[in-house]
Amino acid sequence: MSWIGIDYAKCSGCRLCEIACSIKHEGKIWPEASRIRVFMLVPGLEIPHFCVQCHDHPCIESCPVNALSVNENTGAILVDRETCVACGDCIEACPGRIPHMHPIENYPLICDLCGGEPECVKICTKGHWNALFLIEKGETHQFRLYARKPKEVTKDIAIGLFGEKSEELI
Amino acid sequence: MRGYAGKFLEVDLSNENFKDVTFAEQILKQYIGGRGLAAKILWDRLGDRWETIDPLGPENLLLILTGPLTGFVPGARICISGKSPQCNGIVGSTISCEFPVELKCVGYDGLIITGKATKPSYIFITDSGAEIKDASRFWGKRGEETLKILIKEGREELETKNPKYGEWKEPSALYIGPGGENKSRMAHVSAKRSHAAGFGGYGSVMGSKNLKAISVKGIGPLPDVADMEKMDKLRNEVLESNFIMSTFRWWGMGGDVYDVGNLGSREPIRNWQEEWHDIRSLGINRIEERLYVKRYWGDFGCPTTCMRISMSKTGPFKGAITSGPLYEMQACVGVNLGIFTPEEICYMVALMDGLGLCGIQTGNILGFVGELYERGILTKTDLDGIEPTWGNVKAFADLAQKIAAREGIGDLLAEGTYRAALKIKEKKGVDVTQYAITYKGTAPGAHGPRSGTWMKDISYPCSVQPGDHCSSAAFPVNTETTEFNTMLADSGVFCLVNTPENVFEFIKAVTGWKITPAEWFGTMARRILHLQRAALFIGGPDVRWDPTVDDDNPPRFYDSLPSGPYAGSKLDKKAFQESKRQYYEAVGWDENGIPSVEELKHLGLEKVAKKIEQMGLYKNL
Repeated sequence: MSWIGIDYAKCSGCRLCEIACSIKHEGKIWPEASRIRVFMLVPGLEIPHFCVQCHDHPCIESCPVNALSVNENTGAILVDRETCVACGDCIEACPGRIPHMHPIENYPLICDLCGGEPECVKICTKGHWNALFLIEKGETHQFRLYARKPKEVTKDIAIGLFGEKSEELI
Repeated sequence: MRGYAGKFLEVDLSNENFKDVTFAEQILKQYIGGRGLAAKILWDRLGDRWETIDPLGPENLLLILTGPLTGFVPGARICISGKSPQCNGIVGSTISCEFPVELKCVGYDGLIITGKATKPSYIFITDSGAEIKDASRFWGKRGEETLKILIKEGREELETKNPKYGEWKEPSALYIGPGGENKSRMAHVSAKRSHAAGFGGYGSVMGSKNLKAISVKGIGPLPDVADMEKMDKLRNEVLESNFIMSTFRWWGMGGDVYDVGNLGSREPIRNWQEEWHDIRSLGINRIEERLYVKRYWGDFGCPTTCMRISMSKTGPFKGAITSGPLYEMQACVGVNLGIFTPEEICYMVALMDGLGLCGIQTGNILGFVGELYERGILTKTDLDGIEPTWGNVKAFADLAQKIAAREGIGDLLAEGTYRAALKIKEKKGVDVTQYAITYKGTAPGAHGPRSGTWMKDISYPCSVQPGDHCSSAAFPVNTETTEFNTMLADSGVFCLVNTPENVFEFIKAVTGWKITPAEWFGTMARRILHLQRAALFIGGPDVRWDPTVDDDNPPRFYDSLPSGPYAGSKLDKKAFQESKRQYYEAVGWDENGIPSVEELKHLGLEKVAKKIEQMGLYKNL
């Protein structure tokens, strides 16, 4: 099973991941319908935001209609659009508020790992930014730690990149 | 129509009115978008009284236009235009950022902004509508502070209006700093950090309209295209080829500060007194090693990501953050002021970002002042106690802050090199215009023509965007090496660096229109060229250009380069006159450089011919 590793400091903010994702899932360039969204709360600190597949699945637990499930092969969270009532409980249950509503339809968008070969990773690797890369999902609970809100990640990456100066940035 | 959102938003700031505007397909097919469409809109709305329109008055228009290729050709840009307060003509000033994508996603191809707000304001556009909001509390704030507020408050408002959506991404904004608010003609329009539309001086147009910023967040898709599969194939071809670029990708836009000087001998040093240097300590390698925080930084869809994030990590300018710094900035606010260390240049560029001043224009006038001080024409007393000796970062920074605030000597300098030179000449009784390196009220990019390694004698004088090193005149006119090519990128609107191998095929895949190179170079581009050229010479009200005098290079470029492998090289007046004559002929201008009646009639621009006639531009030369 693979997991998408993230090196935030290397994200160029090119958003080719959003383009690749939305073309794959929606057939068009549609940044807000992308399952991976790059936040830029401070220019220069670009934060790709997408599902990290926590082992305890708080989103699934929160769903009142059982519209969410885990794909056994990839570990991705799948959304059953027919069952989903777009209540938004999964968004609030996620420690990183990672899912967001489809811009025009009534279900949340959650990364499905493109069935195991994520398009976002492909383009990021091809462009040799390597902000996103595939790693083996080992036996650890640490993956859930990456489920964080964009603002929280931004603050930490700011410290990592700019040190003391980061306080003024955000 | 494919590729277009299908409507433009007109905002009347005086009456706080909004309305949707559309253009007939035939118009869009002729002028595409961005720079081309801006020229068309400006002529239609202001053409008959162009000479009376004060660029900094409420009757000027501020146009912010995408094109059909925006967001599809990798690297989205948006074009800002209006009557330029620098050259008093029409400049298509483009800027990379996510703003054009957000705008198209909210359903608009562009904004037409008229009038003047009664108080400091900003426009906020979302899927639930557009509104004019109070900007009083952040009027006066520098760039980074302004953006911080816009992002924070924008997200809060989106969250309040639609709390069930999940995390809201930040709106994208165009904004001005104090330079624009105080109507310095050198003020740029900013986006993100260190992204600027400099040429034209449209930051001051925003300031004159009391418009601090425009912020937009859209959640829709980019418009449908004619052939998605083909478009995506062509888009991927650009990605593949640019992933392996050396110059713009690996070294980014900052890779030239040693090379353009050392190899090219065309770098402005101490107000263009020299154009060659061998300062090995100011190479891209040292900038990378000392400043870079992030190696690749780019905008929506870009494979090249030529920008960088840099920070000064040591010394008196510790903590200064900017992008790049890209070559033009390294040159104009660096070596042109005798500043040769990475940290100091990083600080100067960050200062330009914060003040909202164009680094090319501001670096030019600071260099000009440096030379006048060196020559004893301007004294410490004239300069409010400041002593701008070469390399004196503090002194040049102080002057820049005075310019942005229009305080003391800054009020005069805020007019830009050309206008300031005329006033200093009058005041001092010395012809200082001989030291002013400008083209029609605009400072040129950091590429001098004397060595001939890139720019030639006609490059700047015959361009319809004075001083614009990315849109310069060249031979042969009907090829992709000319201003006509830049015009396509600026009308498209996309980044010149990411121009697709076959851009006409790309246009077809997006719009469905079959436009041939012959149509573009022979008809469409010429139409835009003439509209810009005619507006430039009608000019007014504060300055008018005479093509027989002003289609020329600054006097310094007819003097020999003093140093380096091209020492002795200079422009030749006679040869220049001859190239100029040939260029006029090749693009359909008469012997005085005015678009000819026949040419204009042939292109369906009779009204323009009539206006030129009325203004007496045909006969009095």
